[in-house]
Amino acid sequence: MKHIANTDNLQAVLQDAREQLPETVVQRIDQALATSNPRSELISVLHKLQGERGYLDRTDMAAVAQLLRIPTSTVTGVATFYHFFRLQKAGKYNINICTGTACYVRGASKIVERFQEELGIQLGETTSDGMFSLVQARCLGMCGLAPVIMINDDVYERVTPDDVTSLIRTYSDKARAVVH
Amino acid sequence: MSSETITITLDGQSVEVPAGISIMDAAERFGIRIPRLCYHPDLSLAGSCRVCIVEVEGMAHYMASCSVQCWEGMKVRTNSPDIREARRDIVELLLDNHNMDCQACERDGHCELQNLAYSMGVRERLFEGRRKQLEGDSSSVSVIRDPSRCILCGRCVRVCAEIQGVHNLHRHGRGFETVVSPANQEPMDESVCIQCGQCINVCPTAAFLEKSATEQVWAALADPKKHVVVQTAPSIRAAIAEGFGLPPGTPSTEKMVCALRHLGFDAVFDTNFGADLTIVEEAHEFIQRLGGKGPLPLLTSCSPGWISFLEKFYPELIPNASSCRSPMSMTSALTKSYYARQKGIDPDDIYMVAVMPCVAKKYEAARPEHVMENGKPYTDAVLTTRELIWMIKSWGIDYWTLPNIEFWNLPNDEFDSPLGLSSGASDIFGTTGGVMEATLRTAIETLTGEPHGKIDFEMVRGVEGVKEAELEIAGKTIRIAVANGLVNAKSVLDAVLSGEKVFHVIEVMACPGGCIGGGGQPYPPSGYKVLDPELLRLRASALYQIDAEKKLRRSHENPAIRKLYDEFLEKPGSEVAHQLLHTTYRPRTPRGIQL
Repeated sequence: MKHIANTDNLQAVLQDAREQLPETVVQRIDQALATSNPRSELISVLHKLQGERGYLDRTDMAAVAQLLRIPTSTVTGVATFYHFFRLQKAGKYNINICTGTACYVRGASKIVERFQEELGIQLGETTSDGMFSLVQARCLGMCGLAPVIMINDDVYERVTPDDVTSLIRTYSDKARAVVH
Repeated sequence: MSSETITITLDGQSVEVPAGISIMDAAERFGIRIPRLCYHPDLSLAGSCRVCIVEVEGMAHYMASCSVQCWEGMKVRTNSPDIREARRDIVELLLDNHNMDCQACERDGHCELQNLAYSMGVRERLFEGRRKQLEGDSSSVSVIRDPSRCILCGRCVRVCAEIQGVHNLHRHGRGFETVVSPANQEPMDESVCIQCGQCINVCPTAAFLEKSATEQVWAALADPKKHVVVQTAPSIRAAIAEGFGLPPGTPSTEKMVCALRHLGFDAVFDTNFGADLTIVEEAHEFIQRLGGKGPLPLLTSCSPGWISFLEKFYPELIPNASSCRSPMSMTSALTKSYYARQKGIDPDDIYMVAVMPCVAKKYEAARPEHVMENGKPYTDAVLTTRELIWMIKSWGIDYWTLPNIEFWNLPNDEFDSPLGLSSGASDIFGTTGGVMEATLRTAIETLTGEPHGKIDFEMVRGVEGVKEAELEIAGKTIRIAVANGLVNAKSVLDAVLSGEKVFHVIEVMACPGGCIGGGGQPYPPSGYKVLDPELLRLRASALYQIDAEKKLRRSHENPAIRKLYDEFLEKPGSEVAHQLLHTTYRPRTPRGIQL
C-alpha cells in the first residue's frame, strides 16, 4: 500500500490561530471554551480583541472563529452589525462626531458629510495615510453644546460644516510638527 | 406537536386544528395558501419578510402567520381589503430598492418576487426609492453573487447552514447597508463555499446564479474547426422535461438527445457510460480495500460539492475517498483519448461540453487534477440543466414535437457510440442511493464470483437524508450508509470518526435527494416548492423507471465497457486506468468550521 500522508490539518490550523492572536485574547477564548456555551461569549471575545488591537482585523477574526469553532461568516457578520466594532485600524486622530438627537437636529449630518468629502472616507474608515479615522457616536452627553465632535480627547462645541477644513488642517499641522 | 386539538375561527368558520400548529399551516389544511417569501418548511423560521401577515382579533398588529402558533379560540382573518393592501405595500417596499433589471435578468419569468408582486396586485409603483448599487462577485467558477438583486429573505443563509452545514453565508452590516456574503465580504472564490449551488435553488430572485458557459458553447458550436462533443449526466433526463412544461418525473432521454443534435453537437455521449466505468473501477477499489489494501469506509467521490466539503471540512478522511474520477471526468478523459484515437482527431480540436445538474461540476472541470498532459482541460465547458433548457429554447427548438421531425434527417434519439451505451445501474446514479445500488449490483457478483439474482436494492432507495443497511456478501457482513445533504453526511461521518458506527462503504451526495436535486436543476415548476421532497421523488422515479426498462442492469455487463477494457484500459485498476480514471485530493483552506 502506498504511503498515505496525514491529511488532518485541524491541529495545525488551531496552532496557527493561537499564534496569530494576542496572549490575553487566547486566554479569554480558553475561558469561553470552558463554559457550557462558548458561542455566547463571542461578543465579549471580540471586545477583548478590539481592546488589544484597537480594531478587528480579518485574520484575527478568522483565528477567533477557528478557536471558538464558530463559522467565520458568523463572526464577521456580528462584527459588522455593531457600530462599536472597528474593522480598520484607527487613525492617528480619531474624529468622533456625535449624531445623537440634539446634535442631529442641529446639523450633525452636514458635518459628517463635510468630513467625508474632505477626507475621502466613509464612517468607520481610515484615511490611506493612517492620519484620520471617522466614526459617529450616539450622544457624547454634551447636548447643551450641540453639535459636538471629539478629535481624540479634544472636544469641539457648536461645530459648523465650515469649521471642518480648518480642523483638519490644525491636526495635519500638529502631526507634521511632531515629526520634525 | 401533540395529538390535542384546539378550535379556532378561520375566516369566519370554526375549525379544529392540532395544538401548536402555525396559522399558515392551519390555513393550508383548509385550502388557503397564505402568500409567503422568506418561509420554507425545511428551514428555520425567519419571520423577516412579513408577506404572510394575517389579522388576529384582539391583536394591535398584523401577525406573521408562519411564526405564530394558533391558540384556543383564536380568530384569524387571512383576507380583507386592509390585509391585501398591507401585503401589497410590503411587497412593493421589497421591490423598492431592488435592482429591477428584469428584462436582462436570467430569472425573468421564473422569479418568485416577480410572481409575488403580480399576485399581490402591484400594478403601479407608489414608492420610488434608492436602488441598491452593490458590486457583484464573479470570482467563483461556479456560483456568482449579485447583492443588488438580493431582498434579504435569508433563505440562502439558512440553506447553506442548516441543510449543507457549510455556514459560508451570513448577513453583514445592518439596515440599508446589509449584504449577504461570505465571511468578511471576501470573494466566493476565497471563501469556504463548496459550490453546491443550493443558494441558487432557494433564492427567490437572482442574487445567486451559476456562472454561465452558454456563450462559450455557442461559440464552439459555430467554430468549424472544433469537434464539439456533449455528454449528459444521468439526472438531466429526469428533470429537463420540466423546463418545457412537461410534468415532473417524465423521462426524456430521446427528446434530449434529439435536441442536442439539433443544437449541432458532433457527438452526443452519455455520462452514464462514465458512470458504468466508475462502478467497475470503484467496485474493484472497494474489493481491494476489503482485502486490506486501503482504509475503510470507502467514501464515494462522484459529487464535486461533497469532495470540496471533504477537503475543507473533513480532510482527515481524504484517504478514505475513492480515487475514482467522477463519471463526467472519466467520460471527458476517454473522449479526448480513446475516442480521439479511434476517430483520428487531435484531442486539442475536441471541445468537450458536459451537461450537469450541478454547478460544482464547473469547479471540478476547472480543477488542475483534471487536465491533459499539455495542461488543457478534459472538460472544456459545463452547462447546468437550466442553461441547456435555455439554449434549446433560445435556438427555437420545439421540444414538444421532438423527435418526430425528420427535417434534419438525423439519427435522432440514441446516444452515439462508443461512449453512449449504458446499463440501468448508471441511470440511477442521479439519485441518492443510486451509486450504492449500482456498486452492490457489481460488487456482489465480483466478490462471490457467481451471478446474483438480486437487482433491486430497496433498502437504499428513497430520498430520506440518511439510510443505513447491512448485507451478507460472500460470508461477510457489509455495512453501508447513504447520505444526501451535507448536514446528513456530517452526522454519518461524525459517527464513524467517534467510533460509534462502523461502515464499509458510504455514499455521499452533496445535494438534497442527490443529483436530481442539484444546484443546476430546473427551478421548481408551478405547484412545487424548492427542495420539495415530492418533486425529488418524481425525478427519482423517472430514473428507476428508465433503469427497470433496460435489459442491461449491471455496469460490468455493459459490452461497451468490456470492449473498452479489451482495447484500451486492460483491466480495472491498471496503470492506464489509473492515469485516465483516477485522481487525488488534498486539504484546502480556509478550513471549514461547523457549529
